[in-house]
Amino acid sequence: MTTGKALLHDRRAVIGLAIIGTFALVAILAPLLAPADPNAQPDILGTRFLAPMSSGPDGTTYWLGTDRFGRDILSRLIYGARISLTVGVLSVVVSVIVGCTVGISAAVAGGWVERVLMAATDTVLAMPRIVVLLTLVALWEPSVLLVLLVLGLTGWMGIARLARAEVKSILARPYLDAAKALGISGPRLLWRHILPNTMTPVIVAAALAVGNAITLESGLSFLGIGIPPPAPSWGSMIATGRDALVHAPWIATFPGIAIVLAVVATNLIGDSMRDALDPTTRERGETQSTIAPSR
Amino acid sequence: MGDPGAAAAGGKATRTDAADVLLDVRHLTKHFPVLGGVLQRQIGSVQAVDDVSFIVRKGETLSLVGESGCGKTTTGRSVLRLVEPTSGQILFRRDALTDEHGTEGSEMVDLMTLDKKRLKRARRDIQAIFQDPNSSLSPRMTVRQILAEPFQVHKLGGSRSEIDDHIAELLRSVGLQPEYRNRYPHQFSGGQRQRIGIARALALQPKLIVADEPVSSLDVSIQGQVLNLLEDLQQQFGLTYVFIAHDLSVVEHISDHVAVMYLGKIVELATVESLYGDPRHPYTEALLSAVPVPDPDVRRKRIILEGSVPSPIDPPSGCRFHTRCAYAQKAGRLARCSTEVPELRRVDADHWVACHYSEDLTLRPVEPTSGSG
Repeated sequence: MTTGKALLHDRRAVIGLAIIGTFALVAILAPLLAPADPNAQPDILGTRFLAPMSSGPDGTTYWLGTDRFGRDILSRLIYGARISLTVGVLSVVVSVIVGCTVGISAAVAGGWVERVLMAATDTVLAMPRIVVLLTLVALWEPSVLLVLLVLGLTGWMGIARLARAEVKSILARPYLDAAKALGISGPRLLWRHILPNTMTPVIVAAALAVGNAITLESGLSFLGIGIPPPAPSWGSMIATGRDALVHAPWIATFPGIAIVLAVVATNLIGDSMRDALDPTTRERGETQSTIAPSR
Repeated sequence: MGDPGAAAAGGKATRTDAADVLLDVRHLTKHFPVLGGVLQRQIGSVQAVDDVSFIVRKGETLSLVGESGCGKTTTGRSVLRLVEPTSGQILFRRDALTDEHGTEGSEMVDLMTLDKKRLKRARRDIQAIFQDPNSSLSPRMTVRQILAEPFQVHKLGGSRSEIDDHIAELLRSVGLQPEYRNRYPHQFSGGQRQRIGIARALALQPKLIVADEPVSSLDVSIQGQVLNLLEDLQQQFGLTYVFIAHDLSVVEHISDHVAVMYLGKIVELATVESLYGDPRHPYTEALLSAVPVPDPDVRRKRIILEGSVPSPIDPPSGCRFHTRCAYAQKAGRLARCSTEVPELRRVDADHWVACHYSEDLTLRPVEPTSGSG
C-alpha cells in the first residue's frame, strides 16, 4: 500500500483533506464564488450590522450578514481564505526550508559547526516569538509577503531541532553502517538512507505548523499589524468584529469558525500522515503477514 | 611484541604458506576521545582496541569473543573501515581484491592507505552482517530496493531485469522465496530479516565477511538455522569469516580459530580444539565455565569473576585482567601482573596467550559432554 492510498483509507485524513481542499478551492475560485466585492461599502448606513440571512435596502441577501462598514461577510470570508491559506502554507514552507537546512547541516557536520548552529537556534528560540514578530512587522510596511516571511523566519527553530535530532539518531543506526560498508556515501547516503527515515516527523510537524501559522497571522492581523486593511484576512475580520461582539456576534464568529476548521483539518492531516508515511503502521486493518521460511 | 601475524609467517614452513593469509591485522589501536567541559575539549580517551594483531586465512573462520566493551566490535568495524583506527595496519591480500589484481606492489594491501575510490572498490570484497536485523535494514526500503542497491552503487549487474534475477538468486541462496522481494523488512520474522541481511552481504560476491554477532538477537532455535546457513554459504562461495560473538558456545560450532578479547586486547588466540580443550588464560577459563552444557545432570562449577569490567578510559596497569584474576592474587604474582603488560606469546603450535604465568597454571577445559552420564 502506498502512502497516498493509506491516507485515503484513513477517515481523519479524508475529513482534513476535504476541509482544506474545499478552502483551497474557494480561495482559488473566490472571484466566481463571492457574491460581492469584499471591500465594497455600498450603503454604509443602510447595510451595516445586518444579521445573517437578511436583505439590504436594495434587496440583495447577505447570507452571513455584514460588518460595521456594510461589507458582505461571506465575500470577505471567501477572499480571506486566499490570504490565510497562502500565509499559513507558504510561511511553513519557509520554516521547513530554513529549519531543515540548519538542522540537517548541524547533524551531518557535527563538531563546532553543529554547536554554533544549535546555539544560534536556541538563541532565536529563547526570544518570545510575538515580540520578535511585533518588532519585525513594525520595521517595514505591512504586506502579505512581509507577514509570510516574518512568520516563516520566526518558526523554523522547532523544525531545525527536530531535523537535527532525527538525523543524529539515524546516523547511529546500523543500517547506515550497512550502507557505508556497501560503499554508499555522499548524496546517495543522504537522499536514500538518511532523509527518507528522518522526514516523517518533519512533515508531520510542518502540517501541524500550518494551523499554527494561520492562527498567528490572525493574531497579528487582530493586533492591527498583520495584513493591512481593508484586505480581508480572517484575523482582521475578528478584530473588527470584536467591538460589536455583543450586538453583532456574527462578524467575528464566522471567521473564527473558519480558522478553527482550518487548524483542525491540518492537525487531522498531520496525524494521519504520521501513520501513512511509516511502512510499519501503514497497514492497520490489513493482516500483518509474516512469511513462513522455505527451509 | 608478540605478533601472531609475524609469528605465523615465521612458522609458515611447517604449518602453512603465507599465501593463504587473507587478512592480516597488525597492531590495531583505536582510542575514542572523551570530550568534556564547556569547550568540549578532549579530557581522556577510551582505549577500545589496544595493539591487536591477528591473521585470518582464506576460507577459515576467526571468531572474536569477549564481553561487551572488550573491543571486538570496534575491531570488526575497523576492518570494515567504518571507524578510523588510531594506528595499525589492516592488510588484505591484493589478488583477493577484485580491482587490485594488476596493480603493482606487495602482495598485501593496507586498507588504511587506500584512497576513497579504491576503498569503495575494496568494499566489494569485504562485507558485513550486523547484529540486529531489525535495525540493519532500512525500514523504508523493500527487499528488492535493499538488495538492488549494492549492484546500483557499484554499477554491476546490468539492466533492471538482470538485477532482478540476481536478487532472486540471492534470496534463494539464503533460503527465502524471491516472490517476497516487494515486501518491507518489518513483514518478515527476525530470522528472515537476518537472511535478508546475509543476502545483502553476499550480493557483491565478497571474499571476507565480518559478521558482528549475527545470531545474538535471534531465538535459539533460529540461531542454529542461521549458523548452518552461514556455514553452507562459506562452503558454497569459499567465504572467509571474521565472526564476532560474546559467548563461546555459539562460536565453537563455526570457528577454526578463536581470539578471546578483554578490555581492548587479545588475551588468547588459538584453534577451537586447542582453546576449548586446553585454555591457557584465566579469562578464557572463566568464559568457558559459563558455556552451558546440554545435560541436566552435569553440575559444573562456574567461575564467577569478581567485580565488573574496569573502565577502558582508565584500564588497569600491567595485565588488564589482573584486578579480576584469581590466580594473580597469589603472593609473588601480583607485583608482576600489576606492572608488566603481558605479551601475546606463542605457547604452542597454533596457540598464543597473553599471561605471564600461563605455564604455571592448571586451567580447566570444557568437559567433553559425551563423557558425563
